[in-house]
Amino acid sequence: MYKMVIGLEVHSELKTKTKCFCGCKNEFGSIPNTHCCPVCTGMPGALPVLNQKAVEYAIRAGLAVNCRINEYSVFERKNYFYPDLPKAYQISQLEYPLCVGGEVEIETNGVKKTIHLDRIHLEEDACKLIHKDYGTLVDYNRGGVPLIEIVSKPDIASAEEAVAYLKKLRSILLYIGVSDCKMQEGSLRCDVNLSLHKEGEPLGTRTEMKNLNSFRAVQRAIEYEAKRQQEELEKGNKIIQETRRFDDVTGKTYSMRTKEDAQDYRYFPDPDLIPIEVTKEYIEEIRSSLPRMAKQRAEEYISKLGLTEKDAMLLTEERSVADYFEEVLKDCNNPKFVCNWILGEVFKKMNATESEDIKVSAKNMAKILNMYNSGEIGQSVARKLLDEVWDTDKDPAQIVEEQGLKQINDEKGLEAIIQKIIDDNPKAVAEIKAGNQKIMAFFVGQAMKATSGKANPKMVNELVNKLVK
Amino acid sequence: MDYLKLNLWEIKEKLESKEITSEELVKLCFQRIKETKELNALISTCEEMALKQAKLIDEKRSKNEKVGILAGIPIIIKDNINIEGTKTTCASKFLENYQSIYTATCVQKLIDAGAVIVGKANMDEFAMGSSNETSYFGVVHNPVDTDYVPGGSSGGSASAVASYQGFSALGTDTGGSIREPASFCGVVGLKPTYGRVSRYGVVAFASSLDQVGPITRSVKDSAIMLQVLAGRDENDMTSSNTEIPNYLKAIDFDVKNLKIGIAKQFFNDQLNSEVKEKISHTIDILVKNGAQTVDLDLPSFAPALSVYYIISSAEAASNLARFDGVKYGRRAEKFSDIVDLYFKSRTQGFGKEVKRRIMLGNYVLSSGYFDAYYNKAKKVQKVIKKEFDDAFKKCDILICPTTANPAFKIGEKSNDHLAMYLTDIFTVPINIAGLPAMSMPCGKNKDGLPIGLQLVAPMFNESVIFKTGSFIEKALEGEKDV
Repeated sequence: MYKMVIGLEVHSELKTKTKCFCGCKNEFGSIPNTHCCPVCTGMPGALPVLNQKAVEYAIRAGLAVNCRINEYSVFERKNYFYPDLPKAYQISQLEYPLCVGGEVEIETNGVKKTIHLDRIHLEEDACKLIHKDYGTLVDYNRGGVPLIEIVSKPDIASAEEAVAYLKKLRSILLYIGVSDCKMQEGSLRCDVNLSLHKEGEPLGTRTEMKNLNSFRAVQRAIEYEAKRQQEELEKGNKIIQETRRFDDVTGKTYSMRTKEDAQDYRYFPDPDLIPIEVTKEYIEEIRSSLPRMAKQRAEEYISKLGLTEKDAMLLTEERSVADYFEEVLKDCNNPKFVCNWILGEVFKKMNATESEDIKVSAKNMAKILNMYNSGEIGQSVARKLLDEVWDTDKDPAQIVEEQGLKQINDEKGLEAIIQKIIDDNPKAVAEIKAGNQKIMAFFVGQAMKATSGKANPKMVNELVNKLVK
Repeated sequence: MDYLKLNLWEIKEKLESKEITSEELVKLCFQRIKETKELNALISTCEEMALKQAKLIDEKRSKNEKVGILAGIPIIIKDNINIEGTKTTCASKFLENYQSIYTATCVQKLIDAGAVIVGKANMDEFAMGSSNETSYFGVVHNPVDTDYVPGGSSGGSASAVASYQGFSALGTDTGGSIREPASFCGVVGLKPTYGRVSRYGVVAFASSLDQVGPITRSVKDSAIMLQVLAGRDENDMTSSNTEIPNYLKAIDFDVKNLKIGIAKQFFNDQLNSEVKEKISHTIDILVKNGAQTVDLDLPSFAPALSVYYIISSAEAASNLARFDGVKYGRRAEKFSDIVDLYFKSRTQGFGKEVKRRIMLGNYVLSSGYFDAYYNKAKKVQKVIKKEFDDAFKKCDILICPTTANPAFKIGEKSNDHLAMYLTDIFTVPINIAGLPAMSMPCGKNKDGLPIGLQLVAPMFNESVIFKTGSFIEKALEGEKDV
């Protein structure tokens, strides 16, 4: 039985205001080549100037995953020719990275595991190549955007663990606010190193899959590549150390280049930049500014708010959700109720609309929940309100007022409506009397329909029971 | 009066007293540039821009408005320094038509001080060379004797200043490229301390060694120029914020108790006897006036040349990789794919010497050789620095030749690369240590070729160079009169 040995190199763009080595804006989605200057286009004579914020963000990331921060680290030049690299070298770090060590805890199928990190280093992103039928275009806007590369140890043993690790990293980076981590925009990208071996035997030869840009791609690439390597090994073939490209359409990996034609990057310290020196005090200052992380919040939700572990974990997975939960709680102090609503209705809505954010302000969400909780509106109206305020963020109380959506709690009125339904449907009444209790639901449904869903469902149930008999 | 032959500080006074306007001076200057065209010292001129600046300065002067300390003075810039709107060719076919899109900090400082930029000086291609014979735009001639090289790589700058085409020229010095041509042409060339002058906008050859400096006809002119050029630049992280002294104040014509360090390595067998004689004579004058000599040993002085060719070539290989034919500069016309585009553009765009350095640089950086060459060179560099540090504990300034021989004939060494590289044996160690040094004339040989003397000072102590240099200048001038 073969075992997978996987290591991940995760690239995450830092959301600093300006680029890593010049004053150009760091902004995704602008008109191509509008955020560039002599420095980030590699004009002759231009020199890099380090953005201190990028260093701070990289240290933040390092501290959030328990790295040791090097007080002395060095930028080096990674030399290679490619049209997306205007200087023909990337400013990166090799021998003296900013952060070393560290770990990330993951959970798959209820089993906890620690994935150890090798290092986190700071570097600049390359430009973006846009391939057209008539040729290839270069957009320099991305060139020089600060990037951290988070290199794990080969502690990962399955595609599920790889995805869990990646999700956890994403969650942490979002918590500390250093990156947008939008995989579809490329602000979070991942290279996978994978090899197979049998228990007790030495490690196998690895292959590397570059630039995977979704969780699904990571999952599929690993599954495919492991299967491919296993088949090769079973045929008695050797695995060739190489870089492979994963094709999202076919779901297969293809050889790009082998070790023999691997580039010699001729790294050496960049003489244009002085070494980064940070003091212990500075590191501690950054450490003390870190926000409450997922683990800490989940513990609080369990011990102070009485949520279950599962719910607490789900709520804290993303900082934006946890923040939102806490914000709604300020106006609607019923943790269990708010939690259920967010994990249920809100998540459902996010999935249905494919949105990454909750598109209702916490204030308005609390209003809906308070109206629902007090019986002022029913569940179906609450859901309807969520639809109406999603994106628009209109005042839900006003919608209730304008559209007359308040729940009907008037027993006399409801009784009259239900009596009319009974009178109109003698056949159904007969069936109930013959013992078919399922027909009861028909009357409840009709009553709700007659009141456009506004009738108090509990009251309707009781009345139907009473009046039919 | 031939205004063009005055020193910078003298013409500064004439302009201030309004004896001559800047416009008149600039016109004279362009006339001179045309007359000396056969020297091939300049690659391009900027007459329109220069006259505009000259008129602006004259206008300000006539209204008694405040003007900078270089107001109205014609100055030349080496063609590896960017000036927005001008061509910056680095004397390479690759950048034959490259237009700068921004201005280097050092040039901006000159312009802000009122200087009038009149032209861009010829040079060895990408500043690689010691004779100005590697320029794509042809060799530059030494104005002292046009059969001889002007030195390099700032050969155009030195030739232009020596032939009165400008009152000063900026050069760049990575291993002697300001001092060697200054010595060959009989002018004053200063390489400031590494980090004293911003490198922003100066096309890099070897980033950790490159430094911009002035070539002038007098020591005082050099001090005035450095006063303008020096200072921290937020665009260059390697520039220093060490305090800038008033350099003119250092010129006090007093060398009493000055301790002059002389290493035994300075006067070796290869040293030309006439050079040796002139340097010794100058030292004697200083001693007669109260200075003392201190014997030193700098065992790593000669090995510095090997260190230099490893470090400078490694950095150059990386710095010149951006010239790939993709964004700007020369692109080969016919190519089959991207690799072919790189290959052909670079093959066609670079000259032999540049290719030699790129190959050497990539070799010493390549995996398997990195430790043996680059890392070892960096270690030896530390030893060299330490030797100089220790030397300056015992003395205030070092005096040695700038070059072992005066200028050689055009073509004489162009096929003997080792002999060419050995030309820099006295200048290269200074860059390796990051120290400031100046070459100044100290006489001529029997053929009338200038001999250069080199003054080397501790880090950021250019003042002691100006102090000693101006004394020597005055003393030698006095001898002529006798």
